[in-house]
Amino acid sequence: MKSPAAYADIIQYRFNPLEKSKLWLWIVVRTVLIAGFCFIILFPLFLRLSVAFRSKVDIYDPTVLWIPRHFTFDNIKIAMEATHYFSALLNTFLISAGTTVVQLASCALAAYAFARLKFKGSGLLFGLVIFTIVVPPQTIMIPLYLTYRYFDLFGLIKLFTGKSSLNLIDTFWPFLISSSTAMGLKNGLYIYIFRQFFRGIPKEIEESAFVDGAGVLKTFYRIMLPNAVPAIVTVVLFSFVWQWNDSYYVSLFLSKVKVLSTQLMDMGSALGKEPDLVYQSMLLNTGVLLLTAPLIILYLFVQRYFVESVERTGIVG
Amino acid sequence: MFRKSLTLSQKKQWYGVLFVTPLLLGLVMLFLLPLIQSFRFSLSSIHLVEGGFAVDYKGWSNYSQLFTTNPDYPRRLTESVINMVVNVPIIIIFSLFAAVLLNQKFRGRALARAIFFLPVILASAAIANLDISSFVGGASLSGTGGGEGGGGLLQSFELKKMLTESGLAPVFVNYITGAVDRIYEIISSSGVQILIFLAGLQSVSPALYEASRIEGATGYEIFWKVTFPMMTPLILTNIVYSIIDSFSHNSINSLISETAFKSFEFGQSAAMSWVYFAVVTAILGISTAIISRKVFYYD
Repeated sequence: MKSPAAYADIIQYRFNPLEKSKLWLWIVVRTVLIAGFCFIILFPLFLRLSVAFRSKVDIYDPTVLWIPRHFTFDNIKIAMEATHYFSALLNTFLISAGTTVVQLASCALAAYAFARLKFKGSGLLFGLVIFTIVVPPQTIMIPLYLTYRYFDLFGLIKLFTGKSSLNLIDTFWPFLISSSTAMGLKNGLYIYIFRQFFRGIPKEIEESAFVDGAGVLKTFYRIMLPNAVPAIVTVVLFSFVWQWNDSYYVSLFLSKVKVLSTQLMDMGSALGKEPDLVYQSMLLNTGVLLLTAPLIILYLFVQRYFVESVERTGIVG
Repeated sequence: MFRKSLTLSQKKQWYGVLFVTPLLLGLVMLFLLPLIQSFRFSLSSIHLVEGGFAVDYKGWSNYSQLFTTNPDYPRRLTESVINMVVNVPIIIIFSLFAAVLLNQKFRGRALARAIFFLPVILASAAIANLDISSFVGGASLSGTGGGEGGGGLLQSFELKKMLTESGLAPVFVNYITGAVDRIYEIISSSGVQILIFLAGLQSVSPALYEASRIEGATGYEIFWKVTFPMMTPLILTNIVYSIIDSFSHNSINSLISETAFKSFEFGQSAAMSWVYFAVVTAILGISTAIISRKVFYYD
């Protein structure tokens, strides 16, 4: 059932030649613009794909535009060897997936408390959470490093084991500890997203759950979480992707354990013996492709869900 | 017996406290203490000794050194601030424009949206650190990017000439052509902003548009009188986000890390990061103060 105004619009557009041509002009302009922007976004990606399968001969062959003449997997093989691809991939995946799950739980819990379970000082605490977004990570970089380098958890570790401190650098513990206490990569933002979303869920649903005898915890995971699926999808995708691409915390906490983003940065020196600079940049480009390939494949599957869910997330302030 | 005597709202409060406990722990251990410690470090010199580190207080000399003897710091700081001031307005305008485009109904909208969000996934410091230009240079040797690259260069020359001849001030001309030249950089850093705007556009009530249509407003008027005011709170959010985001990958970060982990001058590096933090806060404060006066809240 369309509103009268919509009908008026339709009549106006159908029977007025000026309106009609204006509309068509706008459609053409819009299509050109969108196609242009899409091209700009996709062009480097396609270029990377095309370059990745080229052999050395094709680099200097001006007739090769998109489809390589000497199709080869050599670049990928060399790039994989230089980055120790599969072990790095496994590490990256473990870190990203682990932190995503853990920080999803910690952020959602904290956000639920901020949205619905108000207590004395919760406003102040939320202000501090927002403050963590604003403070550049560099400011607390060194103390954070030292915290994990000489980890003692307020002196508790000394009490139990007798050792003065633990060295957690080069393990996955810094990531797990950070994310389980909702202090990982951009966690303030996730708490904010969740809080906004939980606030948008009608109170009546929650109250009826209480009336039916559900406790706070049960209400949270049986009522609130299923309703917050759009927010969950957004946060999961963001946290997975950002953790995957992150090279800052990774290079801070891990120096011996290899993950993709740091491997990629070191790849130039790993390829050092390659004399041909153009070929080397080609290999680096293949490395970039290898880093992003899992994400792109992941995105192909979740993009529909993501694009839909984002609109309903209400990141809106 | 004690549990029974709690009212529901008290119980909820206690659950609230329980739910934020991990956050509270993290906030103290991984944020507040490091913050205080970092400030203390910035006032002292630190050396690693066996089984720990020693901190010697030496006053404000770390800060004064930054601006008197350090060759890189002032230059890089101004550089990144200028970059930010140049980029953020372009990013905001572009992302609002793109969000309005993507919000309209047309065939292939889902595909276009999926493509526009792709940069969110591809944006990575590791990729940005690799010199893209060298790669495109290599590719254009083979003739692949040559056509497009040359075309783009030519276009912006023509544009520059045209704009200059039409009497625009050179500052604006350089600004606009600079934006056209860096279109890829801008698109790829405005993914999240487009997303926020799009979510906002969806939440504008259709009744407003309908009413203004009945009153005879044109599309142009509707944008400036309805859409734009409704978007101002999000513009504020996005400006804050863009400023923070633009600071998360710039040359000053690498300088701070290098000072700490290559030359092991922890105190110096902490001082750098505090000056940097002060600058970021000042910029955020000023821009929020200016914009929030113009922000329009519907309810």
